[in-house]
Amino acid sequence: MSFSILSLLIFLPVLGGLCLLGVSRENEKNVKVLALIISLLEFVFTLPLWFGFDKTTHHMQFVERHSWISLFNIEYYLGLDGISILFVMLSALVTILCVLVSWNSIQTKVKEFFIALLLLEGAMIGVFCALDFFLFYIFWEAMLIPMFLLIGVWGGPNRIYAATKFFLFTLVGSLLMLVGIITLYIKGGNTFDILALAAMDFPLSLQLILFWGFFAAFAVKVPMWPVHTWLPDAHTEAPAAGSVVLAAILIKMGAYGFLRFSMPILPDATTAMMMPMLVLSLIGIVYGGVICLAQTDLKRLIAYSSVSHMGFVTLGIFALNTQSVEGGILQMINHGVVTGALFLGIGMVYERTHTRKISDYGGLATNMPVFASFFLLFTLASVGLPGTNGFIGEFLILLGSFMTRPWVALVASSGLIIGAWYMLWLYQRIFFNPVNSKWNKIKELELREIVAFMPMVILIFWIGLFPNTMLDFMHVSVAHLLEQVTGNPEGVASGVQLAVTNSLEAAGHGVQHVPQISH
Amino acid sequence: MPTYLLIIPFLPLFSFVFTFLFGKRLGVQSHWLPIISVVISFCGAFYAFLQVKSGHHVNQDLYTWISSGTMSVSVGFLLDELTSVMLIVVTSISALVHIYSVGYMKGEDGYYRFFAFLSLFTFSMLMLVLGNNFLQLFFGWEAVGLSSYLLIGFYYEKVSAADAGKKAFIVNRIGDFGFILGLFLIYAAFGTLHYEPIFAHVDQIANQTFTMLGITVNLPTAIALLLFCGAIGKSAQLPLHVWLPDAMEGPTPVSALIHAATMVTAGVFLVARCNPIFSLSMTALNVITIVGSLTCLFAATIALTQTDIKRVVAYSTISQLAYMFIACGVGAYSAGVFHLFTHAYFKALLFLGCGSIILGMHHEQDVKYMGGLKKYMPITYWTFLLASLSISGVPGFAGFFSKDEILAMAFVSNVGAGKFAWFIGTLVAGMTAFYSFRLFFLIFHGQFRGTQEQKDHLKESPRVVTVPLILLAVGAVAAGNFGIPAVIGGNANWGHFLEPVLGHPHAHPSHATELILMIISVSAGAFGIFLAWKMYMKKPEMPQTIRDRVPLLYKLSLNKYFVDEIYGFSIVKPVIGFSRHIILKLIDIAIIENIVNGIPRIVGRVSGSMRKVQDGLVSHYLAYMCGGVVFIIIWMYVGA
Repeated sequence: MSFSILSLLIFLPVLGGLCLLGVSRENEKNVKVLALIISLLEFVFTLPLWFGFDKTTHHMQFVERHSWISLFNIEYYLGLDGISILFVMLSALVTILCVLVSWNSIQTKVKEFFIALLLLEGAMIGVFCALDFFLFYIFWEAMLIPMFLLIGVWGGPNRIYAATKFFLFTLVGSLLMLVGIITLYIKGGNTFDILALAAMDFPLSLQLILFWGFFAAFAVKVPMWPVHTWLPDAHTEAPAAGSVVLAAILIKMGAYGFLRFSMPILPDATTAMMMPMLVLSLIGIVYGGVICLAQTDLKRLIAYSSVSHMGFVTLGIFALNTQSVEGGILQMINHGVVTGALFLGIGMVYERTHTRKISDYGGLATNMPVFASFFLLFTLASVGLPGTNGFIGEFLILLGSFMTRPWVALVASSGLIIGAWYMLWLYQRIFFNPVNSKWNKIKELELREIVAFMPMVILIFWIGLFPNTMLDFMHVSVAHLLEQVTGNPEGVASGVQLAVTNSLEAAGHGVQHVPQISH
Repeated sequence: MPTYLLIIPFLPLFSFVFTFLFGKRLGVQSHWLPIISVVISFCGAFYAFLQVKSGHHVNQDLYTWISSGTMSVSVGFLLDELTSVMLIVVTSISALVHIYSVGYMKGEDGYYRFFAFLSLFTFSMLMLVLGNNFLQLFFGWEAVGLSSYLLIGFYYEKVSAADAGKKAFIVNRIGDFGFILGLFLIYAAFGTLHYEPIFAHVDQIANQTFTMLGITVNLPTAIALLLFCGAIGKSAQLPLHVWLPDAMEGPTPVSALIHAATMVTAGVFLVARCNPIFSLSMTALNVITIVGSLTCLFAATIALTQTDIKRVVAYSTISQLAYMFIACGVGAYSAGVFHLFTHAYFKALLFLGCGSIILGMHHEQDVKYMGGLKKYMPITYWTFLLASLSISGVPGFAGFFSKDEILAMAFVSNVGAGKFAWFIGTLVAGMTAFYSFRLFFLIFHGQFRGTQEQKDHLKESPRVVTVPLILLAVGAVAAGNFGIPAVIGGNANWGHFLEPVLGHPHAHPSHATELILMIISVSAGAFGIFLAWKMYMKKPEMPQTIRDRVPLLYKLSLNKYFVDEIYGFSIVKPVIGFSRHIILKLIDIAIIENIVNGIPRIVGRVSGSMRKVQDGLVSHYLAYMCGGVVFIIIWMYVGA
């Protein structure tokens, strides 16, 4: 390609961050405005991806490929397919909102904060675009540093502990992945090309070892039970923007890793390990939900709810059929939107109250009705009310996993009840009940904050009502992925054995529904 | 898609969005748009009814909602006989409640919010009944739940109201858990979620089985019972009835519209809509009949002793909904929908009557402080009387026709539990008459028992309140005329009209049987009214005597059989305790965190003790060196 859009997307925020270095420290306003412009510009540049994407092919698009370190066959190799494209766009969008929410809440080292944020954005987009394993690993680790700083420098009182924990957890996981990458390089004939590796056949014993190596890196990121304990600490201590990026993008990288690496490169191990992964996901769903009932800290509660929601995502991915995987990918976007929005909201209210304790709140709907309405919408999307995006993802995941293993869907559906319980209870304790007189003079949202919410609101309804605009991007890529993993573009054979399905499909009624008008 | 059909649900949606966004500025004028929209929707519904009557059906998709692999679901509308009846019920009651609320909610904070949510509810309910597939039904199902949540919690600063809203939502979610699994099973069986292909091929699943975790069940039974779980939640049947009495925390118009006439009947609608599936499973039909019978009796016995007027009517609603389920359970779906129809009017009237009384009494709801209101509130009095006569099944009134039809069908049905249901139903008919007239006499007759101040302010409600009462009273009296049975000279139009959707009951009572059953149930009702008159008019000391004679039964009924307490003790507390002590403190903190933090701690401790070796003292280093040299020498000798 003559015009390298992906490189532009990766390096625009990086260069922008470097530009910020040149702005004088006193002039905080300029720093913020410049950061906002860069993030907006970045989002505008992702639009050609949306419009230029060919939805009929599973091949990588917008490809850039240059030799980099030829001694080791390391390439600068970028490209997007239907699985990764939406995350690039989401990353760009979320960064804008992070800039907006940090406008007043970041008081110290303002310039450095926005530089870190922009560098983080570049690295995140790099992760989603990389098609060379070595390049991927570099972006993957590069992400850690700005995030570590965001938590460790601008975080809450216990930030050092949280940042260190976050760093160590992910680093240990990544190192095991690095061993896996090098093993693949050696066994796969000296290449880091992800697509080439996916086309190769590795013996099952090797696949299994590599699978758990990758698992270490990805499961920590997701986070799957039982390696989830870094998340509540990181979320609680991170500044609002940090929490938003963490919830919306960073923890998606784990699930993305499964989709991009574990599944296509290690298909036999994936099918062999399907049951353990489903069980871990189920534990995550129920455990993460039940533990929310015991939380007294606003951010911790939402953090644990992420464990539950991400359990749905990994459940969908490893149920290995069309609906569940598409639902899983969509749910990654949904969780990014909804939990991102919830953390945005918590950031806004924290700015006013400086407390995260749920019991310090009460009756906020009286003095902040606009905020209460927004937060209600996010709460409802989080519990998967039909009409919002959360429903579509959960429905597809549950339907798909029901087709694979009915009992799995049975257990997972209990997450819907628990989810409603802790989210509505939380909402009640913050916004309903008698007004806590401490907050009688609390300020309603200002325009900047409403603007920051709007993209999330639009996405919630857009995906909720017209999910096909998103799902259309995935169909071909997911079918290709499932074919790589299971040999069948529709995924594993149905675990629901019903003779009638076949007879109906034979008669042509099962697949297509043709509505008719009688008069 | 015909435009009038689009207008019916989407005008209230527009009204919701507009009123919610701009209502604050409109202030006391914010009721206009919602009222006008719902009245237009009503006209549309009436037109739709005429269309159906003249044979025009609609089954058309608006757009493809979700498509993934071979799964595809649309947003689409189905207009048939059943839908048209539901449209009439929903829009007519909704319109009257909208108008009534102008008077009832006058001067309340959040006036615009109330009307916006009423519009949202109307939209959701219309989407529920209009959908041509299960997923859209589920959309409406959850959306009415949301509206209900918002309206129950309308006075959100009151903890009890906020609690009640949350409880309603969560208890409904428990039912939905079964519902959504039912949808998955339907999809697994048919490969689609649209009604038409499913019902057209329903026979093919008749003898199929479904195996999960080694348990094999009959497929239609599994689907039917899972769907029925949803119905139990939404229609407040045993054991998920606990949310409905608490839902009375919402403003009274909401209780009338959502928690009596429309939303809570969605479960009945679901069963009626899926009658081809339910009819395939005798087990499922028996379960429904038994759950219905038990709920019917259970709720009626509680209603006997409650003193909060709204709670009496709420338990009465649960009991009446149970009648509808009995009808569905014995395969007489059209009788169930008929009772849904008549009940909507007389129960909405009872609730709105209660609202009028509550207005007059300045938000006093306890019957202990009422009495003798007849002369102060004549219109409320007469309309309330008509509603009470209707619910008691007095011949000629709407409730009589629908209830008798259900009882007759239960008696002759081939469903095993039919006779049992008939017996309970007849017994409860007597109880219903008793508690309705107990309430009636205690409110309107006898001496006023409230404060002097309350007495001084007693007056009839304004016309915007009484006119809807009068209109509903017309319904409560006349709604039965659509389904007068042949035995007393009618032509059973109702059943014929709905037959294309709801089919034909298996067995019909002979005219003689029907007449005898009718006499029995009317006598039961008459006895109930007589007893209420005797106990509360003639011998006011009698209730106390009875209370003293059976204190245990009285306590059980008064405390609603302690079901809330049992659930709290056996489910809510243990789950939260489990969450706090086992999951959080034991597993998360004591085990996982200790392992996670333990590894660095061990590494730290080891390195800490290693560090002591390097203390920087040359003499120590010299000693180590000597020791090393000695060690090597010894090792070399030994090795040699």
